[in-house]
Amino acid sequence: MVKEQIKTENLNLWFGSNHVLKDVNLTIYEKKITAMIGPSGCGKSTLLRCFNRMNDLIDSTKIKGQVLLHDEDIYAPSAQVTQIRTRIGMVFQKPNPFPKSIYNNVAYGLAIQGKHSKHEISQRVEQSLKDAWLWDEVKDRLHESAFSLSGGQQQRLCIARALANNPEVLLLDEPTSALDPQSTAKIEELCVNLKNQVTILIVTHNIAQAGRISDYTAFMYLGELVEFGPSDQLFTVPKDSRTEAYLTGAFG
Amino acid sequence: MIVRKTKNSLGIAILGLMLFFTALFLIVFLARIFHMGYDVLSWEFISSPPREAMTAGGIYPAIIGTFWLTVVSIAVALPLGILTAIYLVSYGKPRWFVQIVKIAINTLAGVPSIIYGLFGMAIFVNLMKMDVSLLAGSLTLAVLALPVIINAAEEAMRGVPHEFREASLALGATERQTILRVILPTAFPNILTGTIISIGRVAGETAPIMFTAATFYSRRLPQSPFDEVMALPYHIYALMTEGTHAAKQVPIAYGTALVLMFLVLSISAIAIAIRYKIRKTRKW
Repeated sequence: MVKEQIKTENLNLWFGSNHVLKDVNLTIYEKKITAMIGPSGCGKSTLLRCFNRMNDLIDSTKIKGQVLLHDEDIYAPSAQVTQIRTRIGMVFQKPNPFPKSIYNNVAYGLAIQGKHSKHEISQRVEQSLKDAWLWDEVKDRLHESAFSLSGGQQQRLCIARALANNPEVLLLDEPTSALDPQSTAKIEELCVNLKNQVTILIVTHNIAQAGRISDYTAFMYLGELVEFGPSDQLFTVPKDSRTEAYLTGAFG
Repeated sequence: MIVRKTKNSLGIAILGLMLFFTALFLIVFLARIFHMGYDVLSWEFISSPPREAMTAGGIYPAIIGTFWLTVVSIAVALPLGILTAIYLVSYGKPRWFVQIVKIAINTLAGVPSIIYGLFGMAIFVNLMKMDVSLLAGSLTLAVLALPVIINAAEEAMRGVPHEFREASLALGATERQTILRVILPTAFPNILTGTIISIGRVAGETAPIMFTAATFYSRRLPQSPFDEVMALPYHIYALMTEGTHAAKQVPIAYGTALVLMFLVLSISAIAIAIRYKIRKTRKW
């Protein structure tokens, strides 16, 4: 029995007068990989950013509807945005490590909480780097700049950094679009491996990638959630003609 | 093709010529000061007070005075400037208010330095009863340095890639933690650049300290922030305009200028070294 992790109810979002998300009702299942696909500008990244309230950073954002993390509305006035963001981690399109050492990058999330001992932090840093398959490559140079790593390593460092907070959900916003095929393959494998410990939501332009790694796929078009379902079904027998058109390359 | 090549060569030649003239002015300028001032330099010159109505002796009290004026004014202006920049960059609302503050800052940057002197005298010396003192002069110089430091800090903070801020917030950091732990450390080397420029300006200014801090002649060092001080630029001014022994005073003035330049360069060099070290550890 799969459990629900995140659920949106009639989620609408505007940037100023631009209606970006229209009545999105989507359920994300626990410890599964859900891929969000669709042509550029369809709102998939915006939807992803609703889940950790990153859209709050844009002044003109207006949101209606609910986003429930288990049964808790993350947009409720009593919700604490910093706490939500430690429970729902995020990895961005371009690797964006801080201009700090490898160690301090991973330790950052715990250090700002200010309630972990040094020993605890160093253990979690090691564990997170291991979980992100980076430990063996960096264990001898933890105090070098994160920018001494290759692009693929930097992206895995960003994953380790997000994992250090022990999140329930990991949001990945086109995490491999800036990487070479080999690094991409490694991160895809890593995602499949990580779903034992965390729910993964991945936005991707790469339909093949969605097919390779995801359990569920959501297809979005012009701000609407057109179709959602188990990936094997959605990719083989799409119900909506727009999904089929996109998958066969008619647009996008 | 030939026409384009010729145009290209001509362009480079003109740029080279401009560079040559710029460098020439600087070299002639430095050579002149060095040549005129070198003869009076001695250990005694930098370690003893002036004697015989400024016609002999050294400039030690002025070196110390300028050193303290510079250090205290930067120590006041740097935190104030950084805090202002943080407000402008991260919290500044509403927009119109930020615009007014920025116009005020830029206007402040264009005010002639003698006006700062008058302002300092009216506010710090008279109204706040600090008298003519190291403190009053330092505060006046701090006001003068403030616009440069604010602008440098603001530019530096705006130059920090947006991705760093997003990454920090996405890890559950508050806005304050993001500023203190990510944005400021990343921007700091460039803030230092603005500070280096300010150091040169502050150490060399005469007008702002004329009514607020400087004294022509003092055999002893300042004992507290409320003492008057001698200062190098003001000492040069005094040597060139006061007294009756021009033949003896002019070389001392050039020697003082040389020391002032050396002092500014050393303070800048230290700041540049610090910046270099930070940049190396926080490379991105």
